[in-house]
Amino acid sequence: MPEPRVSPAGDGAVAATGAGGAMDLATSEGAARERGPEGPPVPRGTAPGDAGPGGGGPVGRPRGLWADAWRDLRRDPVFVVSALVIVFLVVIAVRPSLIAGGNPLSCDLGRAQEGARPGHPFGFTAQGCDVYTRTVYGARTSVVVGVLASLGVALIGSVLGGLAGFFGGFWDAALSRVTDIFFGIPVVLGGLVLLSVVTSSTVWPVIGFMVLLTWPQLSRIARGSVLSVKQNDFVQAARALGASSTRLLLRHILPNAVAPVIVVATIALSTFIALEATLSYLGVGLKPPAVSWGIDISNASPYIRNSPHMLLWPAGALAVTVLAFIMLGDVVRDALDPKLR
Amino acid sequence: MGRYVTRRLLQMIPVFVGTTLLIFLMVHVMGDPVAGLCGERQCDPATEARLRQEFGLDQPVWRQYLTYMGNVFSGDFGTAFNGQRVIDLMATAFPVTLRLTLVAVVLEIVIGITLGVVTGLRRGRPVDTSVLLLTLMAVSVPIFVTGLLAQLLLGVEWRLVPPAVSAAAPLDELIVPGLVLASVSLAYVTRLTRTSVAENARADYVRTAVAKGLPRHRVITRHLLRNSLIPVVTFIGTDVGALMGGAIVTERIFNIHGVGFQLYQGILRQNTQTVVGFVTVLVIVFLLANLLVDVVYAVLDPRIRHA
Repeated sequence: MPEPRVSPAGDGAVAATGAGGAMDLATSEGAARERGPEGPPVPRGTAPGDAGPGGGGPVGRPRGLWADAWRDLRRDPVFVVSALVIVFLVVIAVRPSLIAGGNPLSCDLGRAQEGARPGHPFGFTAQGCDVYTRTVYGARTSVVVGVLASLGVALIGSVLGGLAGFFGGFWDAALSRVTDIFFGIPVVLGGLVLLSVVTSSTVWPVIGFMVLLTWPQLSRIARGSVLSVKQNDFVQAARALGASSTRLLLRHILPNAVAPVIVVATIALSTFIALEATLSYLGVGLKPPAVSWGIDISNASPYIRNSPHMLLWPAGALAVTVLAFIMLGDVVRDALDPKLR
Repeated sequence: MGRYVTRRLLQMIPVFVGTTLLIFLMVHVMGDPVAGLCGERQCDPATEARLRQEFGLDQPVWRQYLTYMGNVFSGDFGTAFNGQRVIDLMATAFPVTLRLTLVAVVLEIVIGITLGVVTGLRRGRPVDTSVLLLTLMAVSVPIFVTGLLAQLLLGVEWRLVPPAVSAAAPLDELIVPGLVLASVSLAYVTRLTRTSVAENARADYVRTAVAKGLPRHRVITRHLLRNSLIPVVTFIGTDVGALMGGAIVTERIFNIHGVGFQLYQGILRQNTQTVVGFVTVLVIVFLLANLLVDVVYAVLDPRIRHA
């Protein structure tokens, strides 16, 4: 069966589209390993329950990729810390009233730019709103945008990329050209152009735009992953036994090819959170009735000299959130990459 | 090599057409270009119709695109909202952004690769851990926060550098903005070099070079670095285009009148000509940078042969 060749320069190439930074890192660090001079790239992943001798632990039932990864993760302090931060963020995103009693939109102009005081530990914004309440409520936007955009990108990217990689041929070539086109547009720039017409103050246009402009990165990862899994003997064996394409894709290829997609989607989550804040800072992301760290930082920036607290708290929260998701993506990648074992 | 470059140039054509068409369509939905021409008031219908005909806006979109591209290739990018020719705007904006990008890329290469080699050779030591923590910080703090803080601390509080860049934008004033612009990529270059160096340091050819008795710096520069820099070159090459397009935030903070500034103005004022023109040039830069990366590949790594 003729396999579509993956060119070393074209496919491993990093796509740096504007703020897509962390995602590029994931791709390129992976590429760095893959292109090591020691030998041909090792096929990613092993069949579940097929870790083989030396692959699993010393005694007992051999573990699969997922069980092994989970064992690695549980022992990793970085994972524990970032997971705790993320759980905390998700909890306050769902129920911000748990730790912040006030209303983020109720402001008192008389207290504008005042510093911290009992009951208001972070001080007040230029509009006299409570910085603490707004910072807590801002988590919801970031988490929702990050999670939904990642899910959307992972879903669309892996379906399109996976199908293209599996079937090859005309649609594969067409998809590659389409991804090339999307790679040519810097993300922040595209966001400015597309979102500047949107008047809605909900998160949906922002999420939609992120999915629209970044799915090619995931589709490329998924395509490459499916291509390498497809060459394995167990796929050929299943095909020889008469398995249909659907069965091949869902039962044999999907479980083995999904790891890189999960890794990149996790790392992309942090990119999306930072991107939302950047777009909101530029005034095209979320619009003021919405509560977002980007909007607060943008509003605070003219007063940075006199009352830096208005900027530092939301900026700190943003940085911690992005950091937590980056670290999570990092450790998940290390755990799921069998070559590092 | 010549044939490879020709083939790549030919492959760039559909990508270029697709990207510019996409931008053109995106800008097309951005709003009515005529609506902005009469200021705050509503245009009267007769004037509006005449303007539409004059600008060719009554034509279908694909024809507008073709006309526009035809003009672009004869060097006519149209006029901006204030009557200035877009190509004149470009002539003032691109050199500024090019200088900023140059500063950023040089910083990326010098600082990033140095740090990457140092940490990659001392994996697990305190130097390694602290640099890794620094890069994590640089990556997780968004660039507009880094920029605002750098401006506040270096420019306003300590008065080390001017807080805003003057219109001429000389190189020395661009160092801090360049560092801010490069900060995230700098962290990536460091980590990428570190991973790559740490991996190749265990390779057989490095052990052979050491066993031959070569001096350490020669092992590192000739053997280790040449093999380790391949992924780094890819990153930096593709990053050039992204830096130029992503400079909007940095240019806004430090008041640099470059490409990002003009683009932002164009979008705010719904000026189609400026936006499409600048983005078209940025796309060309991005595609050419990618081509250059693939050519440099072959120079760095003779194992990659371009038929």
